[in-house]
Amino acid sequence: MAKMNMIQALNSAMDSCMANDPDVLVMGEDVGFFGGVFRCTDGLYEKYGAHRALDMPIAEGGIMGVAIGMGVNGLRPVVEIQFSDYIYPAIDQIVSELARLRHRSGGEYFAPVVIRTPCGGGIRGGQTHSQSPEALFTHSCGLKTVMPSNPYDAKGLLTAAIESNDPVIFFEPKRIYNGPFDGDHEQAATPWSSHPKGDVPEEHYTIEIGKAAVINEGCDVTVITYGNMVHVAQAAINKSHINAELIDIRTLVPLDIDTIQASVAKTGRCVIVHEATLTSGFGAEILSQVQEQCFWELKAPIERVTGWDTPYPHAFEWEYFPSQKRINDAMLRTMESN
Amino acid sequence: MQQPNDATPASYRSKLFIPQASSRPDSTPDFSHLDIPHPTDSFKPDVLTPALEMQSLAYGLVRVLNDNHESCGPWQPQLTNEQLIQGLTKMMTVRAYDDRMFKMQRQGKLSFYVKSSGEEAVSIAQGMALQDSDMLFPSYRQQGLLFARNHDIEAMMCQCLSNAKDNIKGRQMPIFYSSKQHNFFSISGNLATQYSQAVGWAMASAYKGEDHIAAAWVGDGTTAAADVYHALVFGSTYKAPVILNVVNNQWAISTPQSFASAGTTFAARSIGFSLPGIRVDGNDFLAVYAVTQWAAERARQGAGATLIELYTYRKEGHSTSDNPDAYRGKNEGDHWPLGDPIERLKLHLIKQGLWSEQQHDELFNQITQQMTECWKRALSHGSLDNGPHWPVSSMFEDVFEQQPKHLAKQSQLISQS
Repeated sequence: MAKMNMIQALNSAMDSCMANDPDVLVMGEDVGFFGGVFRCTDGLYEKYGAHRALDMPIAEGGIMGVAIGMGVNGLRPVVEIQFSDYIYPAIDQIVSELARLRHRSGGEYFAPVVIRTPCGGGIRGGQTHSQSPEALFTHSCGLKTVMPSNPYDAKGLLTAAIESNDPVIFFEPKRIYNGPFDGDHEQAATPWSSHPKGDVPEEHYTIEIGKAAVINEGCDVTVITYGNMVHVAQAAINKSHINAELIDIRTLVPLDIDTIQASVAKTGRCVIVHEATLTSGFGAEILSQVQEQCFWELKAPIERVTGWDTPYPHAFEWEYFPSQKRINDAMLRTMESN
Repeated sequence: MQQPNDATPASYRSKLFIPQASSRPDSTPDFSHLDIPHPTDSFKPDVLTPALEMQSLAYGLVRVLNDNHESCGPWQPQLTNEQLIQGLTKMMTVRAYDDRMFKMQRQGKLSFYVKSSGEEAVSIAQGMALQDSDMLFPSYRQQGLLFARNHDIEAMMCQCLSNAKDNIKGRQMPIFYSSKQHNFFSISGNLATQYSQAVGWAMASAYKGEDHIAAAWVGDGTTAAADVYHALVFGSTYKAPVILNVVNNQWAISTPQSFASAGTTFAARSIGFSLPGIRVDGNDFLAVYAVTQWAAERARQGAGATLIELYTYRKEGHSTSDNPDAYRGKNEGDHWPLGDPIERLKLHLIKQGLWSEQQHDELFNQITQQMTECWKRALSHGSLDNGPHWPVSSMFEDVFEQQPKHLAKQSQLISQS
């Protein structure tokens, strides 16, 4: 075991996959010589060379098209899209090509591409460096959608993604790259080294894509979330007197509905939290499935705590970012009924 | 303020420039402004010549067959008599296939069809000039590549019928073929996406130290798409072993090539990327073969990508869904100055003493008969309207490598309903 932050854990995953398989390469803007603007590919250029830590022209659509062609020709490209806010020029290649290739060719062709992309706010990044576009990709059949909340999961899930023969879009909540963030920006930042999930094996391991994690068990209300919000929800629960069960879904597609269903059947109450905007957010999908599966066990309306339906603000970041208080209020509302 | 003069046509009442078409239904086609050079006017550089030293090829027109149907000039390819007759046979086979399938669509047997009439030399000559291990990233009008690689005709018909023998399991419209066995990539309806994918495939080939190359095709209209720019940037940056083809058949459905060509050639787009750009007479089988072979050799020797503009003409509508008489002059194709690729190769072979009108007619009848037999056999495996198809449950397969629970559940629901 070593102490790692998310950046180091992701780097470790790529490093071990590149060491094991010469067909794995990392590519994108600034990922090679410089090691990535967030340093996630640091050292891979020196270790594996310019042809395996591949600097690329600034054209996300081109990077994605090229990655698909490489994948069809037997490579396993791990693409970094520098900010998920800049993924939209690549959306035709991702949605129309990468996701559907296996199906449209009757299973003849596939491209095992992983798209890593930092997402989310809390970094004073305004609307062009803070978005959480994950729901868009869950609406595209044939893509697996993953968002880890800690270094241990990040390494295990990214390794599984690189080894998967299906395309995976892998969202990295950039606010928690260096430490867990509970939503209270006035507190001093805490590093991953003081968190149990900052203990990461240096050797190869995988975490199955499509399996949720129950972070803490409880019987009053189920809080379902992923990414950044796992830590905000955890803090809200810790400060309340509510015996809440916290689930980190980790994978949006395929969704581990069995774990969610078992929990809500037990608690009868459900709060869904994500940073992305409310309307057509992934919370809407979770809510629908909980309603379909658990209607007769529910004791209260299902609550959603999310970003507002506005572009991500610069000046009002902390009014936008779902807070511990909003999560606490939502839990309390579900507790009002018996 | 200047008032529009009522005598001024509506299209000229603004300073905004609008490109014109070669003809519209109310005008007579006129291609007399086209500069058609003699085959001996061209030059053929060594395959490793720097792109800077061959820029004139982007503005010229490589030709081999002259107006007397003789092979001449620097680009004459080394082809055996058997290969020439094979080329003619394959072009005639594509045309007969297209004609048969078009008729079947009109009879309601197919939901859709796209002919390649007039452009057969592009796919057949290029397909024959490449090696079978080279990867093809076609657009929707390069069905000839499958004929060049001896794909089973009945199986192609089964794809168009979406029947139980369709290798892509009824997942796509007619003509969206995929054949891994023939290194023919799955066709997409989203134009130009395959262009940068071909560059990536070629980069992977170079990365692995293999000498296979990739080739990709787009039409003149599609050159406007960002993916084409991406392919040129990445192809040039990494010296990818790829041939990027622009089939300039003059029309993108109803939109003339002038809406994408910027008043110059498509081959000229190569110049800003330091790539060789060659414009070739796309209806000259020998010239298309020679230019493709040159670009393939250049790529295999590590000198990177070439942009080829195949100058040709789309004789028929875009697809079965449009009537070209509604947007271009009637019989515009009859005015096309570069003739018909099958007719030109036929006359060349006759001139060489390798072929005769009688042999041609016999071959035509034989191929037509072959299409009828293939069609009967294909139809015996089912049709879109009447089946049999793949089982409905197959719709839920291949979304992922292994079927996740939610898809298994949906598959069960559909079988219960």
